[in-house]
Order: sequence, then structure tokens, then C-alpha cells
Amino acid sequence: MASRKTSHPNRDSEDKYSILLPTYNERENLPLIVWLLVKYFGESGYNYEIIVIDDGSPDGTLEVAEQLQKIYGEDKILLRPRAKKLGLGTAYIHGMKHATGNFIFIMDADLSHHPKFIPEFIEKQKEGNYDLVSGTRYQGSGGVYGWDLRRKLISRGANFLSQVLLRPGASDLTGSFRLYKKAVLDSLVERCVSKGYVFQMEMIVRARQLNYTIGEVPISFVDRVYGESKLGGNEIVSFVKGLITLFATT
Amino acid sequence: MTKLLEWLFGVSLVGAVWALVSFDLLDLSLPQTYREVAWPMPLYLLVSFGCYSLATVGYRVATFNDCEEAAKELQGQIKEAKEDLRRRGLKM
Repeated sequence: MASRKTSHPNRDSEDKYSILLPTYNERENLPLIVWLLVKYFGESGYNYEIIVIDDGSPDGTLEVAEQLQKIYGEDKILLRPRAKKLGLGTAYIHGMKHATGNFIFIMDADLSHHPKFIPEFIEKQKEGNYDLVSGTRYQGSGGVYGWDLRRKLISRGANFLSQVLLRPGASDLTGSFRLYKKAVLDSLVERCVSKGYVFQMEMIVRARQLNYTIGEVPISFVDRVYGESKLGGNEIVSFVKGLITLFATT
Repeated sequence: MTKLLEWLFGVSLVGAVWALVSFDLLDLSLPQTYREVAWPMPLYLLVSFGCYSLATVGYRVATFNDCEEAAKELQGQIKEAKEDLRRRGLKM
């Protein structure tokens, strides 16, 4: 046992983790996130597969994904492309159809979510047999990098307002680095209709409504290294609309 | 019950109690001081909640962790990843 622990401590576990990576124009980031995932899953020894759901990126993300599949193997990298950009919710449904894991990770492919936290998510899940574990930027050692004062203020303000109105029992409502039991994600994704930031919020609010248990892990969120980060007036308006909708309907 | 209904329920409950005491609707002949205290109470509550909100959000913005280390670590790993991937034959 001791010798096994040093190399692959979790290889004998029955659990398998499917990582869903919805991508759109991520040819720079995809190889890096995959490399990091392989590194941290390799070190911790958990069984995994990476499912890339590319929505017809014009920048050739899919072609890079195919190269990665050759490097890391077809059992580790699965490609489930779609012809054009459709919603996040349908991307998860599409990806899950082919997922063979009993647990599903969802995270952004733009390197703002670091795979080094994955073992912590898994340990947290096992600790309380949680139905879902959510990464949080707002608690403990969690935090952000690359945000100015305005962005921090909007984020904290929006979070406070949502907490007051919805009392969801989780500190990071709009975060999108989460681990779900597969059946739980199945049932949630079916019910959630929102778009954008609100989608993640609806997922956690519905989870609470359905009495699923939620664990939290502090994460550092490093804002997009490549590409533009977006938080304009449009996002704020649609966030407020979504918040009001959830307030009135859940 | 939706969150909206919960709120409406809570607000009307508080409102009813407030009206009962402030206007002595049930003729309980409450002491005058009760009525004087109760009358401006909604405004006090609103103002204190506003202050609490501002203080909380302000404190949280001020103590929002800046993850300099995480960003540096990531930059290093990106370099490492690129070299390794190139060695394995990835054309970026």
C-alpha cells in the first residue's frame, strides 16, 4: 500500500472523472489546459477523460484538439464538436452523452481555472459525499488575478445582491469551476434555461432547491491570459435580468 | 414558495406588525413611547441595512485576494507546457 501511495495513490479507485471543456476560439489555450490536466491527473492517479466540445471555432481549435488526441490517446481526449456556437447548457448535455465517468468536472478552457485544484475538489467531494463541489473565489484562500477595482466592486456587489435575494447556500454563484455527480448534473442541466453568467447561478440555485448537498473549495481565478476578458454593460444588464427571473421563479 | 413570495410574505408580516403598533389598530392602548419608537422604524431598518450592505461590500472588495503567486506559477507552467508539447510534436 505504501509503495503504491507514492506513485499512483488513487489508481484503484472505481471513480472516473470526465472533464467537459466547451471551447470557442481557444487554439492557444487548449493545449495548455490539456497539458495541465494530464499533469495533475497523472500525479494524483485518478481515472479521467477530457471531452472537448468545440463549437465550430474558426481559429482551428478542433484541429489542435485532434493533434492533442494523437499525443495523449483517444481514451484520454474525446472530441465532440458541434457545427456552430450554441448555448453552454446544450454543450454540457452534448458532452455528457458520451461521458463514461461517474463524476463530471466543468471548467473554462481559457486557463482562468487551474487544474491544480482538481485533487482538492475530489477530496472535498469524498469528504462529505457531496452532490456537487463548487470552486469559490470569495472564501478562504480563494481570489482573483488581473481584476481592477471596478471589476472587483461589480463582482462583490453582484454577489452580495444575489446572496441576499436568493440565499443559495454557496458563496460563488457565478463561478464555473465545479465537480458534479453525473446524475446530479444530468438532472440540473435539464432544468436550467439561462444563458451566460446566469446559467451557473441557476445551476447552484436549482441544486439547493432540489436539496442537493454542496461543498466548496477556494480557488484562485487568473483572468484570461490570452484573449479579451469581457464584462460590459450588456453582461451586467443580462445578469440583473437573470437574477430577477430566478428571484421570481425559484 | 418562490423567493419573491417569501420576501413579500416577510415584508407584509413586518408591515402589519408595524402598522398595528404605530397606529394602535387593535386599541391595545400601548404606551405612547411604543408608538413613537415604532413609527420611524422602517426608515431606520432601511438605512441600517444600506449601511451594512455598503460596509460588507466595501470590506470584501478591500480584502479580495490578489493571486499574484498563482499568476506567476501559471506563467511558468505555460512555458514548460509549450516546450513539452513542441517536443511531443504539437504544431501550435
